[in-house]
Amino acid sequence: MATADSASIRVLRIEGLPIVAVLLILVVAFMIAAPEVFLGYRIYMSFLATVPPLLVLAVALTLVIAAGEIDLSFPSIIALSGWVLAYCIHELGSPWLGLGLALLSGALVGYVNGILIARVGIPSIIATLATQFLWGGLTTVLSQGLSYSLGDVDQLLLWRLLVGRIGPFPVQALWALGVALVLWLVLNRRRFGEHLLFIGDNAKVAEVVGVNVAREKIRMFVLMGVMAAFAAVLLTLENKNFFNTQGGGYLLEVMAAVFIGGTSVFGGKASVVGTVVGSFIIGMVEAGLVATGLQGFWVRAVVGIVFLAAVVGHLIIEEPDRGRTVLHIVRGKLAFNRKASS
Amino acid sequence: MQPEQNGITQRVRAPLAAQTWRHIVRLEKVDMTFGRVQALADIDFQVGRNEIVGLLGDNGAGKSTLIKIVSGVLRPTAGGIWVRDGPIDLDDYSVRMAHELRIETVHQGQTLGEKQPLWRNLFVGRQILGRFGFIDVKKEKQIADQLLRQAIGFRGQGITAESTVRDLSGGERQGIAIARAMYFQADLIVLDEPTTALAVSEVRKVLAFVEGVKAAGHACIYIEHNLAHVHEVADRLVILDRGRVVGEFAKGEITLPELTNRMIALHEGHARGHG
Repeated sequence: MATADSASIRVLRIEGLPIVAVLLILVVAFMIAAPEVFLGYRIYMSFLATVPPLLVLAVALTLVIAAGEIDLSFPSIIALSGWVLAYCIHELGSPWLGLGLALLSGALVGYVNGILIARVGIPSIIATLATQFLWGGLTTVLSQGLSYSLGDVDQLLLWRLLVGRIGPFPVQALWALGVALVLWLVLNRRRFGEHLLFIGDNAKVAEVVGVNVAREKIRMFVLMGVMAAFAAVLLTLENKNFFNTQGGGYLLEVMAAVFIGGTSVFGGKASVVGTVVGSFIIGMVEAGLVATGLQGFWVRAVVGIVFLAAVVGHLIIEEPDRGRTVLHIVRGKLAFNRKASS
Repeated sequence: MQPEQNGITQRVRAPLAAQTWRHIVRLEKVDMTFGRVQALADIDFQVGRNEIVGLLGDNGAGKSTLIKIVSGVLRPTAGGIWVRDGPIDLDDYSVRMAHELRIETVHQGQTLGEKQPLWRNLFVGRQILGRFGFIDVKKEKQIADQLLRQAIGFRGQGITAESTVRDLSGGERQGIAIARAMYFQADLIVLDEPTTALAVSEVRKVLAFVEGVKAAGHACIYIEHNLAHVHEVADRLVILDRGRVVGEFAKGEITLPELTNRMIALHEGHARGHG
């Protein structure tokens, strides 16, 4: 009995497995509700085209949250780096320079965040809230509130390499999964990643075992900045358009994707695989609900339900004691209701 | 295990090769201030080659600050550090360098990442790296399992390299922290209140371990609130009070009741001083 129990727990502990189950349940539910849409391949190709920016952001944010920090400034990087790219393509006609400067601008924002948090000592939630305003506002000034239409951008080699199509398959999905794979390795197989986990677990412990906490945090925010800039590049090229509020909708969705995936809000524990699946869940719910005929304003409520179910599910698996309490409460309530009704 | 090839390794090679040293570590005229607070003043402190030094003092006397300087966590405001009788450049001194000089510290309370598996806890800060600088997870786990079975004696308790620290009891955690120090072949082990919050049976294990360090020819700095414990195992007692060394006794120079009275007098001195 005991061994069967531990064996089942071991199976449940395969990274991201519970959340993969949630994704499959959702897909099956949508297949039943809207078979004409979800039994074809087109809807999945559409997901693979639209989810990558969200996925890249969420995977990078997973490392930040693993270290017990937060970054609220990435929506402004989506705007700023997107503008840098659009400006270089539209005004200067040099897309490769645009790519380089876009990534560099993301790194710069991340570096400033890192310095403010790790050296000056401002809590990350405050520092990145401030820089979100700063860089977002600066982008509005730089772009003078205008948007750029990049209609013929699909003629560029850069466009074909980053967001082109192989048959019906969107290339950005490969880039996003590549980013996820690299960051999985960084988190789980590099010293840097292990240091982030220990910092998130307990920064004092990290310090006494010889981790240079400030340096690793700065590196982490630079990485987050570069990844946000890469997401901005994918988004701007896919949309063939830049507008100065283009990062706005991402903040909550990206955080939801990370937490649905099972990363601990307390730091020290993170699942890149979970985040990847969480990103697809977030990306799918909206399109799925619209396809099933439910009105668009149900989207957030359904995301909320999935979010809560996922978080409680992770709790039951990761912390059996607290999980048992939850189950106990639920059973108690059910038993009470039965008694009351009989 | 091959230490990483870098600048630090170059700098520690000479002190490690020295054969005829007297003191594993020596502090001279060390001051430590935090803002306006003087935590340590004019500290002269040394630990012999095979000596157990008990460090005593009230809360806030500066014991933890002193051992954080020894272990490379804090950089002193003034003064000098010698390791194996060789001077240390304070700008270089760090936890990593202390590790490479075979100085290991089990800090008070938490020294382990609670949510991390034991294998990560054993190797964090000096991971075994394989090709392309990736952590050699398989090797780390294998060594961790070996350590758990042999050195720590966790055989048959369901504790493996994959167990997370929060599944362990206080004594088991202390065992892991100490085993980590042993595995890296420390010449000096610094223990900061290792028996706090331990069950009586587990306290005996820690004391036996301290005696084992001595028997193996290594040195130890032992911070302990329980005077009976430290009086029993220490070769020399050093008493700190408000950041200064105020007493030093070799084994046998002071009886346990005398020591107790002296510590009580220090404590009451504070009460009067503040009142």
